[in-house]
Amino acid sequence: MRHLLGIEGWRRDELEALLDRAQAHLPGRPDATNILRGKVVANLFFEDSTRTRTSFHMAAKGLGASVMNWTQTGSSVSKGETLLDTARNIEATGPTVIVMRHRSSGAPHLVAKHVRCAIINAGDGTHEHPSQALLDAFTLRQRWGSLDGRTVLILGDIMHSRVARSNLLCLRALGARVVLCGPPTLMPPGLEAMGAEVTHSLDSALPQADAVMCLRLQLERMSENFLPSTREYSRLFGLNAAREERMKEGAVVMHPGPINRGVEIAPSVADGARSVILEQVSNGVAVRRAILEVCAS
Amino acid sequence: MSSTVLFRRGRVIDPRNGVDGVRDVLVRDGKVVEVSEAPLPVPASAEVVDANGKWVVPGFIDLHVHLREPGEEGKETVLTGCRAAVAGGFTAVVAMPNTKVVNDNGMVTELVLSRARAANLCHVYPAGAITKGLKGEEMAEMGELVSAGCVAITDDGRPVMNAALMRRALQYSTQFGVPIMVHEEDLTLSAGGAMHEGATSTRLGLRGIPASAEVAMVARDLVLLEETGARLHLAHVSCEGSVRLIREAKRRGLRVTSEVTPHHLILDDRAVGDYDTHAKMAPPLRSDRDVQALREAIADGTVEAIATDHAPHGVLDKLVEFEKGINGIVGLETALGLTLELVHAGVLTATRAVELLTHGPAQAFSLPGGHLAPGAPADVTVVDPTEEWTVDAHRFYSRSRNTPFHGRKQKGRVVQTWVGGRKVFENGQVGPGKESR
Repeated sequence: MRHLLGIEGWRRDELEALLDRAQAHLPGRPDATNILRGKVVANLFFEDSTRTRTSFHMAAKGLGASVMNWTQTGSSVSKGETLLDTARNIEATGPTVIVMRHRSSGAPHLVAKHVRCAIINAGDGTHEHPSQALLDAFTLRQRWGSLDGRTVLILGDIMHSRVARSNLLCLRALGARVVLCGPPTLMPPGLEAMGAEVTHSLDSALPQADAVMCLRLQLERMSENFLPSTREYSRLFGLNAAREERMKEGAVVMHPGPINRGVEIAPSVADGARSVILEQVSNGVAVRRAILEVCAS
Repeated sequence: MSSTVLFRRGRVIDPRNGVDGVRDVLVRDGKVVEVSEAPLPVPASAEVVDANGKWVVPGFIDLHVHLREPGEEGKETVLTGCRAAVAGGFTAVVAMPNTKVVNDNGMVTELVLSRARAANLCHVYPAGAITKGLKGEEMAEMGELVSAGCVAITDDGRPVMNAALMRRALQYSTQFGVPIMVHEEDLTLSAGGAMHEGATSTRLGLRGIPASAEVAMVARDLVLLEETGARLHLAHVSCEGSVRLIREAKRRGLRVTSEVTPHHLILDDRAVGDYDTHAKMAPPLRSDRDVQALREAIADGTVEAIATDHAPHGVLDKLVEFEKGINGIVGLETALGLTLELVHAGVLTATRAVELLTHGPAQAFSLPGGHLAPGAPADVTVVDPTEEWTVDAHRFYSRSRNTPFHGRKQKGRVVQTWVGGRKVFENGQVGPGKESR
């Protein structure tokens, strides 16, 4: 049993092995319904989520586990229960794995120190979202064979993106070059120390990219003056049809969702020939099966 | 009742009076009587302290302590805070006013002083609030606070964001001669931040508090200080930019003093590790470069005092998500060991270290003590500079245990604390009397 709190701390060979396992869980592969039979996976979601929660649910079911879904709405958290009390109570019902999403960075790390079951981080604040990064890497590896020497451009609100952090760590570990692009107000300090290249010019970075990963522009950031307007953001950093044309031949477009269509990405690009957005979603189930398998065994 | 104590052959370090050498110190009726290079005869009925191999230094003075009483007695009380103080070698502490009820009027000041008299361990000097209820809106009655016994005026824990109000408070304070002590934090810059803004906050995905949140306010208040001619004391200075401004202000003769906490001198933002709330404080632990700048500033005299910002909190205040964790750590019982780490590392001389804990703070707030000349209060701390020990938070006299230093090895320890010629701490036991822990 081990936790998946983040990509940080995992070696390349461990990540590769996990992605190899995911390969075996793709639809049409040999039946795996017995792997977690008799075990319980608890989904602990303190923050809204559709695709991640559903994806973990499907993955757990597919491995034969029972799934317990817990959401903050209507729970004792609204009565003032602390995170640790909630987690300990859930643990007492006997799950093998807790899949946890929380709005505070580091919340799964706190829980992992105080419970005995394995913790899978399904997104913590603005810190990490490791299963998303793994499914993104899986999708790219499926296409390219290897990530070595490839350039991935991550575009948008880097500061508030756990997807960006996990992907940066994961893609770098797997041999890719990672360029981060967005407005300076949404670029925290020290990204270079994590192995990234940083630019504020999408138009100069775009032609080098083998993949462009758009991030959701969190519209609530507008009131905090990170940006003057979505219009200006879209003009400077939106992936529109004109920009799509200047991309490398064969380069792909990704998005972790949910999408603000017409803001960070034009509908025609999101649904266009380069888009692998729905592949990401379906690969997500296979990758999460592999994660559950590794963490529950 | 007359009491006489002779500290024999200790290394007396008394920076204010230029003493550093083996001396005998004779104390009678709560005052220092004589400090002698030659051995003194033992007076009849004197208690003799064999200080051979030990340091005999003025009792430490902490300008920045939260005693939590009234209002949060589960975290600390005046009594438990005083026990922690004397166990740490402190003979005087300045109590911050952000209690619940706030010390913004003479009645609260008197309550704290009466609790301190009952505790009867060390000197407690209350600080009164700048603004009523620490709300930053209306000035508190500074005259009443000072006449009730407040030695400084501060909204510590919060900045005074309204610059006009701050200017008036500085002006108004000049008639009383008390320092205005400030917690420098521009709340619009620190908003939402949980730790220092830098590579570590980025890696951990925590909103950062930029150094400018402090430095910008230091700059503002130095400008206001210059106009008003008041006395300004900067609490818990944490970054290089602040130090640079203080240095320049002093060069121009402004009446500014400041303090740095032991934890800001020892730890940088990497101590947050994987979301350790025991490394969460305001101001946050800064970068390594800031730590180096602070070390230079205490060594070269830019900063006068090491103050603990002793901030007791309950277990549940820290056993939460990092962003929810309450700021602050306890400091009274680890201050000497951490300061001596800087001596062992060659950052400070022994004399300068003692000065930062004694004469420096005494002078900043015009407090008695902080030195050992004849006539001075017999507030004396005896230190064994060689004893090696390990910090054990479970053994703290403080009612709270929130420290990132639990388990840290230290060299040098307080063996005795004397207040007004009376022994209040010896070899791990707080006295007087037989109070059990």
